[in-house]
Amino acid sequence: MTDQQLPSPTDAAPIVPDVPEKEPGESRWHLFVRELTTGSVAISILAVVLALLAGGVLIAVTNEEVQAAAGYFFSRPTDTLRAIWDSVAGAYSALFQGSVYNFRRPGFAAGIRPLTETLTFATPLIAAGLGVALAFRVGMFNIGGRGQMLVAAAAAGWVGFSLDLPWGIHLLVAVAAGIVVGGLWGGLAGLLKARTGAHEVITTIMLNYVAFYLLAFLLRTPVLQAPGSNNPKTPPMKETAVFPDLFGPGYNLHAGFLFAIAATVLVWWLLNRSSLGFQFRAVGENPHAARVAGINVKNVYVWAMLISGGLVGLAGTAQALGTIKTGFGSGIDAGIGFDAITVALLGRSRPWGVFAAGILFGAFKAGGFSMQAAEGIPVDIVLVVQSLIVLFIAAPPLVRSIFRLPTPGVGRPSRRREAVAK
Amino acid sequence: MTVAAVPAPEAVLEREAVRSWKVPIALGIFTAVALILFVLLGRDGESTFRLSTETDAFRLPDLTIPTRPGGILVTVLLAAITAFSVLRARSAQRTPLWLVALFGVLFVLGFLTWASAGAAVPMSGLLAGTLGLSVPLIFGALGGVIGERVGVVNVAIEGQLLAGAFASAVVASITQQPLVGLLGAMVAGVLVSFVLAAFSIKYIVDQVIVGVVLNVLVTGLTSFFFSIVLTPNAALLNSPPKFERIRIPFLADIPVLGPALFRQTIIVYVMYLAVPLVWYCLFKTRWGLRLRAVGEHPQAADTVGINVARTRFWNVSLAGAIAGFGGAYLTLGAVGAFNKEMTAGAGFIALAAVIFGRWDPIRATLAALLFGFAQNLQNVLSIIGAPVPSEFMLMLPYVVTIVAVAGLVGQVRAPAASGKPYIKS
Repeated sequence: MTDQQLPSPTDAAPIVPDVPEKEPGESRWHLFVRELTTGSVAISILAVVLALLAGGVLIAVTNEEVQAAAGYFFSRPTDTLRAIWDSVAGAYSALFQGSVYNFRRPGFAAGIRPLTETLTFATPLIAAGLGVALAFRVGMFNIGGRGQMLVAAAAAGWVGFSLDLPWGIHLLVAVAAGIVVGGLWGGLAGLLKARTGAHEVITTIMLNYVAFYLLAFLLRTPVLQAPGSNNPKTPPMKETAVFPDLFGPGYNLHAGFLFAIAATVLVWWLLNRSSLGFQFRAVGENPHAARVAGINVKNVYVWAMLISGGLVGLAGTAQALGTIKTGFGSGIDAGIGFDAITVALLGRSRPWGVFAAGILFGAFKAGGFSMQAAEGIPVDIVLVVQSLIVLFIAAPPLVRSIFRLPTPGVGRPSRRREAVAK
Repeated sequence: MTVAAVPAPEAVLEREAVRSWKVPIALGIFTAVALILFVLLGRDGESTFRLSTETDAFRLPDLTIPTRPGGILVTVLLAAITAFSVLRARSAQRTPLWLVALFGVLFVLGFLTWASAGAAVPMSGLLAGTLGLSVPLIFGALGGVIGERVGVVNVAIEGQLLAGAFASAVVASITQQPLVGLLGAMVAGVLVSFVLAAFSIKYIVDQVIVGVVLNVLVTGLTSFFFSIVLTPNAALLNSPPKFERIRIPFLADIPVLGPALFRQTIIVYVMYLAVPLVWYCLFKTRWGLRLRAVGEHPQAADTVGINVARTRFWNVSLAGAIAGFGGAYLTLGAVGAFNKEMTAGAGFIALAAVIFGRWDPIRATLAALLFGFAQNLQNVLSIIGAPVPSEFMLMLPYVVTIVAVAGLVGQVRAPAASGKPYIKS
């Protein structure tokens, strides 16, 4: 049986590292300046700036005061400029105060609360993003985050509210249940791909629906439904099963974040230091070459989807046992399964990149809501900014031409170009 | 002493026989399901198929089938097809596609018979609902097929549909002309495609990344403008006139099929033309040959003088126009106003239909119809009432798709250069 690798979404992950080559004979300072202006850090920062600028244009154009002032722009242009400044600065300061530090609250403890909110939002995004990124590194596209989160939340939630176990053990059992069930759900898609060649894009999308209806059914039966209730909602989690608060009851940040950090370290170790991770990357680069080299490509598909599903399952678990402890319905995934794809792309499918991208998107989520509340700007603007960031970061030549930055390594074959072209 | 001459072993050339058991196994699973559902868990009573509505010119009487015998009959037929498939597989032959299709239709009929014990299934309603939900999927799938055939993975179908829906609603509301709205939808789809094409062809960004990100971008933009501009000015900007349904005089009187197929808006009639047209152009014209050459082997196409980048750019734009056109159906054909995230994942299902349909416009259309049927089942089951928890009935089509993809489609081969940028050296 031939193992036809589907080129479509599977060649997704840009894998070649973005380190500009060191040229011999260049002074340290020269190197530093070049790295600063052409390196991926500069591109990333400029991409964020560009995206925020574009978002600012949208905010200003739709602002009523700006529109009113633009009506007499030629008689008093300063009015328009001031209105634009007020609307955009107001929006972004609300975004900042909602996600990092709120200056209007007295004291550090109250002021820093938005940052903990950011990390709370970031927790499931990091975990699910790691899962999607891992699949990308093996050359697979896991769009099944929603389904994997739902079944994982169901499993973790069931353990969380129906079993009686001592403190500590209960939480670990519940988390393990979530990860295992999420992993099996993802592994099913991997198994189908390995055994029959069924494309994982189809199977994971279909499994999303199956998981959704399965959860909807269970929420109507005594298995998951809160006793004596007609709502399709689970009972609250037991005290012993929830993620403990990290900074006391005043903050929502829970120990799930520590699990997200641990997962990042684990994935980093797995991909970069373990033999399985080497096989993952080899298959992701070129499955034919990997098979010739003696790697069991089919097994790699199954393992990759198992682990990927398990990581997404951790995200579902964090939702069920940390963010929403009072019982959940079928909307527990909150679209994180799809957000995770963007997070993985922004993080370039590297563990720490995903970690940073998850925190950035968590900040946008936390700040977006407070921006909506304070300035009346729809939270959807956050989606625009997020997607533009990813788009700009993915196209360094575009950012460079906008800011007229030098192209790295002019005169010799550009490595970056190849990295993107992978 | 003589040594008995050992006859040299004769080389036997075996005929290469590839036995694929996937199809028989898949059919066997379905037959087992049918046996359990229709026979062992069979329901008593009578199933009625309402073939006509009151407004039909020729009215057919309702078709009434006793549920359990009907189920048994269907199961026997399914078992016969499965047995035939096993025989074919033993002699290393393939099961013909039409037989698999017949199997599918029989299974669906058996399922409807079983589900509707003691109730009546409105057949034209079932078909019309299926078609209605399939229209955006089919247009999206056509856009996806063209994109991938020319070598650009079009994950942005969702974004193109949504942009088309948004633009058609706004343009048609301002001009009060649904046809102009349709044009606006195509332009919006093309604009999304321009970004996809520019980033994937000029900047050589990974096409899946651009596609996914474009979906998010369009979702964000349309939701943002919907909340801040459309909702306060709904009368001016978000109340497009809907297309009138056009009744095709003679064809609309065909029993069962007529009302569903030929009392539709102009968008649906365009679809009837678009599907065969895309198929014909892809496989029978010079344009199609060039397009596929660029998607399969861009270097060879370049060698014979086809401009790969330009071919890709304009065909991806065309794909966007088609998908945007489908998006207009959501606002101008079905709902009558734009709503936040109104595509609700239709673009991703269209993507699945593209792969399920093996990058062929006709097969992709059939796959889209299957998904449309799956989504419409919810409405039908709410009418006839479901014998098992409705969630399982709703889940069934997606499970069927998984089994079908695993068993019947299996390893599919995408156009060879799909998703791969072409860098001229």
